[in-house]
Amino acid sequence: MQDKPFLRAFVSPAALCAFGLIAALAAVFQFSLRAYVPGSLEPGGLTLDNFTALAKPLYARVFLDTISISGITAICTLILGYPIACALVRVKNPLLKSAILIIVVTPLFLGEVVRTYSWIVVLGNNGFINSVLLKLGLIERPLQMMFTHFGVITALVHVTLPVMVIMLAAAISHIDPDYERAAESLGAGPIRAFLTITLPLSIPGIIAGVTTAFAWTFSAFATPQLIGGGQVNMVSNLVYQLGFASFNFPFAASLSVSGLALTFAVLALLRAATRPLEAVTAH
Amino acid sequence: MDSCGALRAIGVAIVAITLAFVLLPALVVAIAAFNARAVLAFPPDALSLRWFAKALAYDDFRVGFHNGLIVTAFASSIALVVGSAFAFALDRYSFRLKRTIESVLLAPLVIPHFTIGLGFLILAAELGAARGFAVVIACHVILVLPFVLRSVYISLRNLDQRFELAAASLGAPPRRVLTSVTIPLLAPGLVSGWLFAAILSFNEFTASLFVTSQRTQTLPVAMYNYVREYADPSMAAVSVIYIVATAALLTIANAFFGLGKVLNVENAR
Repeated sequence: MQDKPFLRAFVSPAALCAFGLIAALAAVFQFSLRAYVPGSLEPGGLTLDNFTALAKPLYARVFLDTISISGITAICTLILGYPIACALVRVKNPLLKSAILIIVVTPLFLGEVVRTYSWIVVLGNNGFINSVLLKLGLIERPLQMMFTHFGVITALVHVTLPVMVIMLAAAISHIDPDYERAAESLGAGPIRAFLTITLPLSIPGIIAGVTTAFAWTFSAFATPQLIGGGQVNMVSNLVYQLGFASFNFPFAASLSVSGLALTFAVLALLRAATRPLEAVTAH
Repeated sequence: MDSCGALRAIGVAIVAITLAFVLLPALVVAIAAFNARAVLAFPPDALSLRWFAKALAYDDFRVGFHNGLIVTAFASSIALVVGSAFAFALDRYSFRLKRTIESVLLAPLVIPHFTIGLGFLILAAELGAARGFAVVIACHVILVLPFVLRSVYISLRNLDQRFELAAASLGAPPRRVLTSVTIPLLAPGLVSGWLFAAILSFNEFTASLFVTSQRTQTLPVAMYNYVREYADPSMAAVSVIYIVATAALLTIANAFFGLGKVLNVENAR
């Protein structure tokens, strides 16, 4: 023990936390296999009914919707985030750099409720966009943006953008600018140098960013709940509804378990699909 | 001249538009908060501070703020101690289950928060524990731990171990080396890790919605309930306070520790 002072004292609390998380997830898993007893919070005996019920079109639809919303959000976030990440890394002026960083990072710490509420004020029928467009005479009646996929995805992109930028910037900042200079000195134009050097070298960051964006969107609750308003439902909304409106915790648990399995499956697929790309850039 | 620079003209425009997209909701909310009337209108007919007064007097917000402080203080401090101790062990030692514990503790980054919240809710019920602060704090510790772990681990990597070796060779026992060399050198990483954890815990919503009760609800949960029930701009006023406070905290953190370094987005050289 002498050559590893404090080992036990330093690892045990963390191990305890890890154990707590595993116990919580095990509790969800255990509940997902129990029968729902209407009117009681106590679950019944073991059953697979919860999972067979998931095959109903209603639930399958919510799952597909969740995947497509998360996927579209991740891609939009990547497209918007990449130029910002580039600017963040390459801007020389420290004041400008700090300003960009603060603007981008602040929303990350605001929490989902404040940001979602802000988007309600922007997108609502009496909201900012509609008021301005009506006043300018560009539209005659308010555009319906609340309770639509468009509204939910717009707000989700806003929620996910900071994480994406941070992950991309971390990757781009570790690319040696000399590589690009070398390419340019060998006659490549700036676009070519970007496409053949910077972009491929930042692929690990892109993969990390897209993966995280997907997982975050998948777990979003307040945004689809408030902006979707029941018209756009994601798995999280269904879990909450089942748990707190019908007290059907076993079914809520089985939805969570399936959601978790789905997240990991999509992430694994994403990783498998991008592995060849990563192999190309390994050097 | 690198390529990101050469694409400047288009690049600057794209970056400016995207930054405007990021800022838009905050600006719009600020306008709504100072609007005198209860109905949203752009531009507002008259300005007033009445929504700020109403929000600050609203009981659920006051209680939520108070509860949030309790939960955040405990959760971020516990996470700081547990996370930095583990980061130290992770950096210096090899031990059994090292990678397993690490990946379990980092898992909350990809596991949906509603699943974790539901898990703690069921676990508390199974164990017969009341839905008190202990459950909320335990849940928050798990959720913010990955961020502390990452922040402190990066600082440890950048720490020059020769200082520790020097102290040890001069006869300092391990405990002394830890308290008088390692911890002081790590201080910026520890403070920024704690600050991150605190901000994230204070703002955590989805899992909190599951594990809090009427008595222990935190500010984001109170705000969510408010938005569902009322449409007046009190919520806009709270949002403005939130946005200003968070931006101020981050600006201070940036000045002291360099956010870029903490977030690992500084240039490699």
